[in-house]
Amino acid sequence: MTLSDVWFVLFVLIVAGYLILDGFDMGVGILHLPVARTDTERRTFLNSIGPVWDGNEVWLVLAGGVLFAVFPLVYASLFSGFYLAFMLVLLVMILRTVAIEFRSKEQSPRWRSAWDTVFWAASVGLATLLGVAFGNVLSGVPINADGNITVSLLDLLTPFALLVGATTVAMFAGHGAIYLVMKTEGELQERVTRALPRLLAAFFVLNTLVVVAMVLFQQQITERYLDEVWPIIFPAAALVALIAAWTFVRRGRTFPAFVCSSAMIGLLIVSGAIGIYPNLLISTTDPAYNLTVSNAASADNTLTVALIIAVIGMPFVLLYTTGVYYIFRGKATVDSDGY
Amino acid sequence: MDPELLSRIQFAFTASFHFIFPPISMGLGLMLVVIGIIYLRTKDPKWRQLSFFWVKVYGLVFAVGVATGVVQEFEFGMNWADYSRFVGNVFGSLLAAEGVFAFFLEGGFLGLMLFGGNRLGPRLWLFATLMVVIGAHFSALWIIMANSWMQTPQGYEIVSDPAPARAVMTDFWEVVFTPSFMPRILHVFVASWTAGAALMLSVSAWYLLKKRHLDLARSNFALALPFFIVFTIGNVFLFGANQAIEVTQEQPLKLASMEGLWQGTTCAPLYIVGWVDEATQTTTGISIPCLLSVLAYFNPQAYVQGLNDFPGDPTPPINLLFQVYHVMFGLGSLFVPIGLLGGLLFAWKRRIYETRWALWLFVVTVFFVEVAIIAGWWTAEIGRQPWVVYNVLLTADGHSPLLTATEVFLSLGMFVILYALLLALFLYLLNAKIQAGPEPLEEVETVDMSSLPDTFRDVFRRRDRADVKEQP
Repeated sequence: MTLSDVWFVLFVLIVAGYLILDGFDMGVGILHLPVARTDTERRTFLNSIGPVWDGNEVWLVLAGGVLFAVFPLVYASLFSGFYLAFMLVLLVMILRTVAIEFRSKEQSPRWRSAWDTVFWAASVGLATLLGVAFGNVLSGVPINADGNITVSLLDLLTPFALLVGATTVAMFAGHGAIYLVMKTEGELQERVTRALPRLLAAFFVLNTLVVVAMVLFQQQITERYLDEVWPIIFPAAALVALIAAWTFVRRGRTFPAFVCSSAMIGLLIVSGAIGIYPNLLISTTDPAYNLTVSNAASADNTLTVALIIAVIGMPFVLLYTTGVYYIFRGKATVDSDGY
Repeated sequence: MDPELLSRIQFAFTASFHFIFPPISMGLGLMLVVIGIIYLRTKDPKWRQLSFFWVKVYGLVFAVGVATGVVQEFEFGMNWADYSRFVGNVFGSLLAAEGVFAFFLEGGFLGLMLFGGNRLGPRLWLFATLMVVIGAHFSALWIIMANSWMQTPQGYEIVSDPAPARAVMTDFWEVVFTPSFMPRILHVFVASWTAGAALMLSVSAWYLLKKRHLDLARSNFALALPFFIVFTIGNVFLFGANQAIEVTQEQPLKLASMEGLWQGTTCAPLYIVGWVDEATQTTTGISIPCLLSVLAYFNPQAYVQGLNDFPGDPTPPINLLFQVYHVMFGLGSLFVPIGLLGGLLFAWKRRIYETRWALWLFVVTVFFVEVAIIAGWWTAEIGRQPWVVYNVLLTADGHSPLLTATEVFLSLGMFVILYALLLALFLYLLNAKIQAGPEPLEEVETVDMSSLPDTFRDVFRRRDRADVKEQP
């Protein structure tokens, strides 16, 4: 295992961390309009993610920084190639931040309902865009000899990518709903609980379609799984985690259910990553132009420095992330200091 | 239109807009820590009341800063793909370090800082605030470090096989401590602290003018004023001067461009205001003889190199650079007499509280501090042109090759509209907060302070779990 392989694993873990953490607050946003109806209920939703969503989003920023440092060629190709798509990502991220922060700063119902809509739309939009981007990474993009991607925004919206986008929305909605069952109480909690089976079922159906589409159309990934068989344990484990989450939900044990749902998201990302390894970006133009773990990585010196930084820094990150979640454990309420 | 030019405009626009907020995060944060310490020592409830007020303002500033900051990290790859390919080995690791060391600290503790007043005892609340403020400083530290490497690159070698050519790190510590790093980070820190103190002075002066919250406003004004005086003097005479020396030594062509000095000379003048005619290679204006030589070398007879000493070297847009540099320099120098004047009026039987024109001066000063800070950033960045990595990589060679003018035009339009909206919202809500003023402590303190956990032991002790959970 080379240093760049180590960083591939770490990068996948950071992305998984981001999707698990920001995933549930995106899910809360997706359910914000359909499930929470009164002003108090919506404030409860916002307060449930209030102290943590900003820290969750940092994982994406970290993923960006790490990609820049350890796989600069992928960072450059991906972000410039998906230019308008990432602009939309930035747009919805900014709108989402602003909506969360500004919504409750004025009393007017019109002000609040306008920002509620923005928060919901931006959460749905962000989940969709991330899914579409991930779908394109799985299916490959036209990379030329210089490593640049020749693709327009509309080209990215393939049926497969859109399917992955919809799956991502359903996945986060289910994940966020489990989180909300933990954080709410009373009538609101019952309503979230009632919606949960439908959300998980929708995700299961959509995700099955994604798997079928991959087997049918993404031969590269299918072949990898057929060649080496053992990686099949990751998608299998994801399925087990989903069933376990479902079971825990039915028994009313939401914290284990949330852990299982988190594990499932992580395992799905790992499954995708194994499918494309050793590629990071697959070129549909010519396999020789693939950006791989070895040809796109920084020099060993940089990889070592980055590893030292991660080894020093990440324990602190995990320590105070856990601390914050611990301090803000318990049900979310509405009071003067909050959203 | 040329996509590269549009990308430059977009980067300048988004970076400048973003850079309105981090200095306040650092400076106001520092002042909040000071207030927190004073409260712990005096137990005077007015400081706690001020903490609740300023934390709300801080949350607003921070929200816009975070929202616009994410853009910066992605823009390198989006608009400057070839730059990213070239510098990723060196520059990328500094950005990643910023994420690990700074953003998590800020993001993790921000919730505790903003919502902690009724959840944590005063000591732990101060601790959370301190962590956010340290995080904000770390963030600036790594960014200035990365940018300083672009100004005075070292600790790397260029490897061109396999393509594309890239700068590969040979010595991490040389990359971290480039010659320009320490002078620049100190200058930026002190400028940011000035902005924080100026914001407090501005709001306090406004209350004094409007005869609102008089007791709080007086205490707050008296607290912030000495900090403002020390920071402004420090930045002009110590840290700003120090950076001028560094630029003279490391980027002499940049210094000559900043001052519009065409012909190198001993006893070089320093312009107060002026205009550079690049066609005729002349600079006209009001200048102080020999001051540039003194500033750069502590010696009026020292020879300062002019633009003509670098024949054939590409230069930045000289008049533009000259103007933004002099905006920073002129404003920065003005803040010193403003601060001293405030100090004199304060020492003279607290007359500052009744002197309306002087209070108005302090109300508006914070805007000019922001202008000076942005102008300083522009000086650093325009002065580096046409290079993106000084004397190594041209900005033009760093652009994303396939990006079209239409794409950048769309994104630039999006940012202009979005940021205009953000700025309007920010100013509207900031004004609303200021008009509402500090609320009485009974209204913001919803729980009995003595019941709150105030040490790490309290937080993690089982017995207190129920208490924390049961809060309204």
